[in-house]
Amino acid sequence: MEKSRPLWDNPLQFVFACISYAVGLGNVWRFPYLCQMYGGGGFLIPYLIMLIAEGMPLLYLELAVGQRMRQGSIGAWKIISPYLCGVGVASVVVSFFLSMYYNVINAWAFWYLFHSFQDPLPWATCPLNSNRTGYEEECEKTSSTQYFWYRQTLNISPALEASGSVQWEQALCLTLAWLVVYLCILRGTESTGKLEQLSNPKAWISAATQIFFSLGLGFGSLIAFASYNESSTNCERHAVIVSLINSTTSIFASIVTFSIYGFKATFNYETCLSKVILLLMDAFDLEEGSVTADNLSQMKAFLMATHPQQYAQLAPQLKNCSLEAELDTAVQGTGLAFIVYSEAIKNMEVPQLYSVLYFFMLLMLGIGSMLGNTAAILTPLTDSKFITSRFPKEVISGAVCLINCVIGLIFTMEAGNYWFDIFNDYAATLSLLLIVLVETIAVCYIYGIRRFEKDLHTMIGRKPNWYWKIMWAFASPLLIISLFIFYLTDYILTGTLQYQAWDATQGQLVTKDYPGYALAVIGLLVAASTMCIPLGALVTFIRKRLKRERVSTVA
Amino acid sequence: MFRLLLLAASLAAAAPAQLCKPDAQNAFKVRLSIKTALGENAYAWDAHEEYLFKAMVAFAMRRYSSKSSTQIANVLLCNVTDRVSFWFVVTDSSRNLTAVPGREVEAAIRMSRHRINSAFLLSDRTLQFLKITSTLSPPVEPSTPVWLIVFGVVLCLIVAGIVFLIVGGIRQHKKRNKEPRQAEAVEEKAEVAMENGIPCETLEVKGGRLNGGFAAEEERFTPL
Repeated sequence: MEKSRPLWDNPLQFVFACISYAVGLGNVWRFPYLCQMYGGGGFLIPYLIMLIAEGMPLLYLELAVGQRMRQGSIGAWKIISPYLCGVGVASVVVSFFLSMYYNVINAWAFWYLFHSFQDPLPWATCPLNSNRTGYEEECEKTSSTQYFWYRQTLNISPALEASGSVQWEQALCLTLAWLVVYLCILRGTESTGKLEQLSNPKAWISAATQIFFSLGLGFGSLIAFASYNESSTNCERHAVIVSLINSTTSIFASIVTFSIYGFKATFNYETCLSKVILLLMDAFDLEEGSVTADNLSQMKAFLMATHPQQYAQLAPQLKNCSLEAELDTAVQGTGLAFIVYSEAIKNMEVPQLYSVLYFFMLLMLGIGSMLGNTAAILTPLTDSKFITSRFPKEVISGAVCLINCVIGLIFTMEAGNYWFDIFNDYAATLSLLLIVLVETIAVCYIYGIRRFEKDLHTMIGRKPNWYWKIMWAFASPLLIISLFIFYLTDYILTGTLQYQAWDATQGQLVTKDYPGYALAVIGLLVAASTMCIPLGALVTFIRKRLKRERVSTVA
Repeated sequence: MFRLLLLAASLAAAAPAQLCKPDAQNAFKVRLSIKTALGENAYAWDAHEEYLFKAMVAFAMRRYSSKSSTQIANVLLCNVTDRVSFWFVVTDSSRNLTAVPGREVEAAIRMSRHRINSAFLLSDRTLQFLKITSTLSPPVEPSTPVWLIVFGVVLCLIVAGIVFLIVGGIRQHKKRNKEPRQAEAVEEKAEVAMENGIPCETLEVKGGRLNGGFAAEEERFTPL
């Protein structure tokens, strides 16, 4: 006769909760930019393979563990083996890093949302330059939406080293975002968080990690969720449903994003062509309409032959317009969801309405994820009697939000977006891989796969078939280990890590190397969470030793 | 005498031709993009349009300097191309048909730019005076940026919500602290489920029901 743990009202509620986790900013914001970086449609192949080989099995594993142990992540792993308490701690550290930088995305969404109440939208046109004779130079070189993102939102500096000052507008938006999070967690939520994280250089690594993080593996949230399930819930079916819905949403969002890419690229290509045509007509005083897109190359050849000197003078300004080049130089990185969608919105009728709706949606997704993240940090703090006896829950939540907000001000500086990219790329990638690897090995080899099979048989009424068993015992651990190896060899081969910096004079992104102290910060981020696992095992080992010695000396 | 007159006449005829040359001092190049601006309604550029242009420039000069001396004949056009671009220069009859300084012409055109554009159904972009930059009108900006207003509204709502919840929480806490002291002795024992003298809830939280020490070590025993 067990005291009932709070349960989901029905299995559908549990599925919806999982889906609301799985579908988040990563689907709208991160998956499309990964797709674009790694070859577009071709990225789907490693993605789907990783989904089948890694995503679904590990999701099923976590749900089953939670449902069986009926405990949150730290408790569940302790039951499997006391040496694994470090795994839970590592999860908490990772979520702490995540909450530090993730809310900045919500701050950006707030910024765009507040700017949507104007006519025309501020990113629809370039601002005028100081003597009002034309448009701002930087805005001319790039597009108005990119200018709004890089200059008016981020006010980005040309390199990581040039830190600049805190942008008060962004700091205000960040404070507001944290206040919203505080308001939501004040009454306490049972929900736990989900995680999405950033890419490794190679496409397969990116596909694998995208699956991981998009599904929220390794964070303990799924374990916690499933622990509120009745024992007989069919978690196998739920695992398949949730992962399929999550992937479908990602792919759907990418289709929308890519159609906008295509539109932008075509538009830029046609603008480029008309600029070249205008230049030729003005320089050689040709009749309007004599040079068109179709006869451009013939006219160029003709002019080169008839007026060689003049043409040679003009040649440096004549760009070779190519649609492929436009598609390749499309937006990358964290600004994607903001630049691409604001570009699309400005061309619609009643853009203010769509803008408000879109950024409100982004906010909903982002705040939802933030709630989970902060809950994951707060749960161990509120569980510890030491802290709850001294401070009420509101003060603890407030302190966590305040600390994160203050640290988050780093990301509102001029170079803040570069630090954001560092956290985005490295704070959780390696650590979550390790956590999930340890989880799989723990369940298969320490707990025992036969025991796990029997538990599943008791819970859902049938044993898992050979596909699941092979994935858990061999394929997933092997895949994760090979990801590790890929990552390390790639780092060793390239020697140093690089980042994309915005060059205001050219109006585009350029690649630069990270300075020494940035590499040190990256190393610290990775070490802080991965070291928790061996340290946890070590501490448990020492404690047991001391206890045994004490017992033996007493006896 | 007659020869002198002829010489003077030829000089008078030659002078304007020398004044209006591409890249001459005080001469301005004009470029029109009629087809771009008007599409199908584009008109052809012919001598009549040129006459209108000369008239507009003369009008601009008169407006600017309030002298009624500038005539249409004072505006000289040359080098008209298919692009529809040409050079023009304004002469001053009172000063022996020398060119009016560029600055004056520029200022005059700037002042009446809108009128000149309208006469040709064009805009600053499609009727370009190459050395005269146009001043673009800045967008209307309210004194307080709109976003700050919306930000302020949302901020007030959120802060109000937080204060409300905190105050409510403190009140509930106080109420709970007052009552149990009276009802504690009688009710608590009946309500809280106990096991070995410890409430079940604390057992659940601490994982006490399941003895972790034994559960984890199960695998040390060989299975039956």
